Amino acid sequence: MRERTDLPAHQFEDVDQQHEASRLGMWIFLATEILFFGGMFTGYALYRSLYPAAFADASRTLEIVLGATNTMVLIGSSLTMAMAVHAAQVGRRKALTGFLLATIGLGLAFLAIKGIEYAHKFEHHLVPGSAFIYTDRFGPQAQLFFSFYFVMTGMHALHMVIGVCLLAALVAKSLRNRFSSAYYTPVELIGLYWHFVDIIWIFLFPLLYLIDRH
Amino acid sequence: MPELPLFPPQASTYAAREDALFFFLLLVSAFFAALIFFLVIFFAVRYRRRSPTERARVIREPLALELAWTLIPLGINVIAFVWGAQLFFFAARPPAASIEIAVVGKQWMWKFQHPEGRSEINELHVPEGRPIKLTMTSQDAIHSLFVPAFRIKKDAVPGRYTVAWFEATRTGDYHLFCTQYCGALHAHMIGRVTVMNPVAYQQWLGGPAVPAVPMAEAGRLLFQQRGCITCHRPDGKGLGPSLLGVFGQPVHLQDGRIVKADESYIRESVLLPQAKIVAGYPPVMPSFKGQIGEEGLLQIIAYIKSLKREEKGEAKP
Amino acid sequence: MNVPPLQQRAHYLNIDYRIRSWLFTTDHKRIAWLYLASITTLFFVGAAFAVAIRLNLLTPQGDLIQAETYNKMFTMHGLIMIFFFLIPSIPAVLGNFLIPMMIGARDVAFPRLNLASWYIFTLGALFTVTAAAVGGVDTGWTFYTPYSTTYSMTNVVLTVIGIFVVGFSSILTGLNFMVTIHKMRAPGLTWFRLPLFIWSLYASSVIFVLGTPVLAISLVLVAVERLFRIGIFDPALGGDPLLFQHLFWFYSHPAVYVMILPGMGVVSELIPCFSKKRIFGYHYVAFSSLAIAVIGFFVWGHHMFVSGQSVYAGMAFSALSFLVAVPSAIKVFNWTATLYKGSISHETPMLYALGFIGLFTIGGLTGLFLATMGVDIHVHDTYFVIAHFHYIMVGGAVMAYLGGIHFWWPKITGRMYPEAWARLAALIVFVGFNLTFFPQFILGYLGMPRRYHMYPPEFQALNVLSTAGASILGVGYVLPLIYLIWSLRYGAIADANPWDATGLEWQTPSPPPTENFEHPPVVTEEPYAYPTWEGEDA
Repeated sequence: MRERTDLPAHQFEDVDQQHEASRLGMWIFLATEILFFGGMFTGYALYRSLYPAAFADASRTLEIVLGATNTMVLIGSSLTMAMAVHAAQVGRRKALTGFLLATIGLGLAFLAIKGIEYAHKFEHHLVPGSAFIYTDRFGPQAQLFFSFYFVMTGMHALHMVIGVCLLAALVAKSLRNRFSSAYYTPVELIGLYWHFVDIIWIFLFPLLYLIDRH
Repeated sequence: MPELPLFPPQASTYAAREDALFFFLLLVSAFFAALIFFLVIFFAVRYRRRSPTERARVIREPLALELAWTLIPLGINVIAFVWGAQLFFFAARPPAASIEIAVVGKQWMWKFQHPEGRSEINELHVPEGRPIKLTMTSQDAIHSLFVPAFRIKKDAVPGRYTVAWFEATRTGDYHLFCTQYCGALHAHMIGRVTVMNPVAYQQWLGGPAVPAVPMAEAGRLLFQQRGCITCHRPDGKGLGPSLLGVFGQPVHLQDGRIVKADESYIRESVLLPQAKIVAGYPPVMPSFKGQIGEEGLLQIIAYIKSLKREEKGEAKP
Repeated sequence: MNVPPLQQRAHYLNIDYRIRSWLFTTDHKRIAWLYLASITTLFFVGAAFAVAIRLNLLTPQGDLIQAETYNKMFTMHGLIMIFFFLIPSIPAVLGNFLIPMMIGARDVAFPRLNLASWYIFTLGALFTVTAAAVGGVDTGWTFYTPYSTTYSMTNVVLTVIGIFVVGFSSILTGLNFMVTIHKMRAPGLTWFRLPLFIWSLYASSVIFVLGTPVLAISLVLVAVERLFRIGIFDPALGGDPLLFQHLFWFYSHPAVYVMILPGMGVVSELIPCFSKKRIFGYHYVAFSSLAIAVIGFFVWGHHMFVSGQSVYAGMAFSALSFLVAVPSAIKVFNWTATLYKGSISHETPMLYALGFIGLFTIGGLTGLFLATMGVDIHVHDTYFVIAHFHYIMVGGAVMAYLGGIHFWWPKITGRMYPEAWARLAALIVFVGFNLTFFPQFILGYLGMPRRYHMYPPEFQALNVLSTAGASILGVGYVLPLIYLIWSLRYGAIADANPWDATGLEWQTPSPPPTENFEHPPVVTEEPYAYPTWEGEDA
């Protein structure tokens, strides 16, 4: 481990090169994430165009109030994340810790609300599998909607969980005074990741919840 | 001395066309492969290093040369593409006057039903000189029907119908393979296509002793047994729409869409009736999933195909 | 260059001998060794399955192995060779070793991530090998649905997890290489002064980064459908089996280019070095790599001409497949033109490079038959396809890999390999390869389907020929294993630049010090600037 954070790692010439390399690496990683979710969006789009009626019908069972609340929660968390990055840039360590904690709180709130929604789906037998019960009319096609609902929101929630863990690690580092206005690369990178996860939700919400409610 | 065949028999109209294109590609490939091999070996020998201090000569890199070996392969590729696509369209469009044979692939056998009712397993008898259209599906995994002597191949995909056709030109027995890996006994899904002269084929259709029920007739029986007839009355006064003359026609749905009543549509309507409701009718039809198998579905489709609008007056389905 | 003898000088191999100095290393050169050890092991495991397959096919009845076992064997052969050998071989071994040195850097951009990639790779391999050990998997490496999700009774989920995990290793390696090439080049090393090996690995990295995630999500969906009986691909549950094929080939066709592009990069280094002249048409060779990587993303549907996809979609995929053939042709012509009026010596790496040109030409040309829709109907899923892609993968990628290993062996180890043995092995590989796979073109056109455990008796003669060739090929692969290990101890000491090659990696001692260069290099000229002779022909 390096002692001083204002020195570049041995393979770099200077801190700027290191910072740029890290940022490019994060952007490339986010590109892979787009393709990862892209596969699911493609499948979703295909089946929705094949079975529009069933998808609209199944979409109506989703709880729009909880979904909308979660959208607000996530947008809020993006705001606190952006403020955390700004606090890091100007070297305000207490503010940095505070905003990171706020982001974690909002992230956890999102996961909790998502958990409530999942629980309701279980109660109403809307989880695909042998216990799945739905009106005869759209049986397997509606089940497809729920398959994609769970896979896509599940993958998104997994990214949220990873994000919260990364933020917790940032808080720990921040408390140990590891960041300064000269060195805040991890905050910036995890901020990028957090915004990306938010944007995925901004696409998921209308695609899943708002099909038939225009 | 074991057999050493180097070329498959050519026994369909498509095979002759395909072989022509194949030999064109073979010729082009042989030419370029020979050219590259010759140049590589010739240069490697001619310009071998003769002393440790030898130096390579500076050569020009003319743009014309780069353009030539970009554009010439491109041009040849355009020819191959157009020719290949034409051939593919030929293979994808069965002639109207084809004999329609229904094919179901299952682990691990091929089942064929002739329109006259005779069905066979892993064997297919066809007449010479008549186009044969195969309407295929699968009961489980994806299979693929392949007759090397005819150069035709098509996947049999569960849940949908695919079509292949051929016109055999030479009597004889030919291999029939499954080429889409489908499980333990994939390699046992080998069958035989027997091409017969038309007279022998008619005799074959007449045998064996047990009289066969034509496909459309079998479908009619199923239509009655399952009670479809109570709602889908020919006079259109039942709970469901009349099916007279429906096949191949556009159908107006309740949600405003228009779909074509083809094999897949009929199949879906039997298995998942609520998916596409015809405009003006209540969504009351129960699903027949699990009650009618792939072969039964093909029979019902054959029956619905056979219902012509002209018969409306005296139809007695 | 005045360098002290091997034993007295500190270099990356002798600075520390403890096992943990290897397992926790962040030195890209040592990580290359870790990969070399893993993939060599996996190569011979995969090859063992191939031996069993070829032996079984000696007789039409397939007497040696039961059908179920045979199906598991060709599946494991495909999975191991593709995901654990061909895809990582050149990038993870030679790429890891060479990229930082070729661009004058001390290491890759993210050394710890680089080590993590190797652990992830190993973890994925463990999953897959475990799946094989506890009952196997029989879906074929393509995992086609609904067979893989519904009908197979084998360890699909465990295997899929293994492939999913190893995919992350590819993604992280690709990411690391891209950032390294973008941000860590030595002063003066502009993009058009980069060796072509770097260009080809850059193109491969793009595919790693953009393609692998799609494979990952497809495999997740397969596992989810299989575990929870959720309908995604199985039509019995409302799904569409062709969607899986689209998603799968969206990755797996570009993945084919990931296997061959690095090989093209190696050959683009070997040919100028052993012809002692600049490569012909540097820019065309460089850009053709990128063209292949980009167009390669839009040709996946040519695997599906007979699957029931629409004929118009088929036409588009066919046209694009013909288009992607052109950059490959450009490369072959430029390599050939490089030989013209060169000063050609025939050391082992050059033999492999020349063999590569020939075999890749055959592999590429037979690809045209498959891109031609009307002909593909007949040859699809037959041994013609098997022969075609083995000409590209084994005739191309493996030949290039072996050529590259021999070429950079002195740099990697500080020792020379035994030249006579190596030439003999190269010859055996070339002969054995052609004898194994050329008969399979004929078998395929005759109609022998792939993945068949038994076959009609008239195909036997060609199958026997192919098996005979495979045993020769096997000898050709074991020989280098033996003499390369031997050379580690007994090989002649190599100096810094035994081939008189250009390139930054040859300007540092063999083996290099941990940080690659004693003085950071500065680049002032084009690549492949071999001293030439202007004047009349001799």
